[in-house]
Amino acid sequence: MTRSRILTTTGVLALVGIAATVWLGLWVTPNAVNFGDLVRLLYIHPPMAWVAFLAYGMAFLSSLGYLWRRTRDPRLDRLAGASAEVGVVFTGLTLITGSIWGRPTWGVWWTWDPLLTTTALLFVLYLGYLALRRVPGDPEVVARRSAIAALIAFVDVPIVYFSVSWWRSLHQAPTVDLSGRHLYVHGSMAWTLLLGFVSFTLAYAWLTAHRYRLAALADREADEGLRQALDERRAEGEVLV
Amino acid sequence: MRDAWLVAGKDLRIEFRSRVAVNQVIPFAAAVILLFGLALGPSRQVLAPASAGLFWVAVLLSSVLVTQRSFAVEASDGARDALRLSGLDPAGIFLGKALAVAVELLALEALLTFGVAVLYGARLTGALVLFAACVAATVGLAAVGIVYGAVASGLRVRETLLPLLFLPVAAPVLLGATKAWDEALKGTPSGGLGWLSLLAVFAVLYVAIGTVAFGPLLEES
Repeated sequence: MTRSRILTTTGVLALVGIAATVWLGLWVTPNAVNFGDLVRLLYIHPPMAWVAFLAYGMAFLSSLGYLWRRTRDPRLDRLAGASAEVGVVFTGLTLITGSIWGRPTWGVWWTWDPLLTTTALLFVLYLGYLALRRVPGDPEVVARRSAIAALIAFVDVPIVYFSVSWWRSLHQAPTVDLSGRHLYVHGSMAWTLLLGFVSFTLAYAWLTAHRYRLAALADREADEGLRQALDERRAEGEVLV
Repeated sequence: MRDAWLVAGKDLRIEFRSRVAVNQVIPFAAAVILLFGLALGPSRQVLAPASAGLFWVAVLLSSVLVTQRSFAVEASDGARDALRLSGLDPAGIFLGKALAVAVELLALEALLTFGVAVLYGARLTGALVLFAACVAATVGLAAVGIVYGAVASGLRVRETLLPLLFLPVAAPVLLGATKAWDEALKGTPSGGLGWLSLLAVFAVLYVAIGTVAFGPLLEES
């Protein structure tokens, strides 16, 4: 009971936090010197990206825990799956909000910047991971294989980032300079950004916990269904006797 | 290590006798580079500079087929169970299968190199860098391919799942190998050395992961 109360509180706090971020971001904070109204994206875009990486980190750690024999536990597998799923949603949101930022700032929806390219590849990588998780089969087998896939995907991320940034730096001068204009975050802007980070992190915890609970219920339903079917067959046998 | 040689020998012998690689994978790769030629037009000014990238995309697509084939031979007649009961070291099985795939891919690359030179008019300079990039990239591809092949093997959706899992992870190999080849074909092979080390790091990392992870992958199902 207390657990579900904590969950509800987290959810309410997350929603209130996000609503407050929206209100502060859209109405209270001032325009930035170089960016105008665009700066308002700042309050949600970096927090979304942060949540995506946090989610993948969590999925990686729980997969690692699952693979290690002594801590192998279906709960870790569920956590990895729930976290990765939330991560994919937030990666998608990060890419979308990033594109919206990119169009007016650099004139393009997309640029082959290392961070962008890595994020896009990350999106595809973890879509593959989720596809693997959804494959029907012995839950333990799927869990173990998913854990290994999560491991490989996570190790790939720094290599991708490094290789893409090297690729870009060796090419002709980048057409779009991400670090060109400086943005000073101060006063109400800093507070709004901080609030954004906190409330999106809470939203992450809330969504992941719910997704986890759902997975646990689905597992239990499968078990109960099996038991029920066994009982029915047994009852049929007794009638015949 | 002896186990690795055994498994690699077995896989290569099967390939040699069944000729699936010769009859299907090589023609597939040839079709891919022909189609690239059609897509990018007949002009050699366009094709020659792009040949490194096109070559490696063709290799990447073919490596999906080779990996699938490597697990298809284990799928029939309970070969997978036999392999597991054989008492061979899982790490040895992994290394053996990866080695067999790498050898097949290297043979394919040799033929494709020829094809790229003829069809796209690429001038093959910096042979040493070209060759080293092939070896390093192929070991990396084979290692990732075999791990993911094992992850997807035995599942009903393996044919569609493997490319989705494998191709994004192989992105750094595509990038590194293409750049190394680019430098070599442009006549500045020393520019490719950095990329070679990236390929080597990738290969070492995934061979290590595969060696460790293959035990848990084999012990079930």
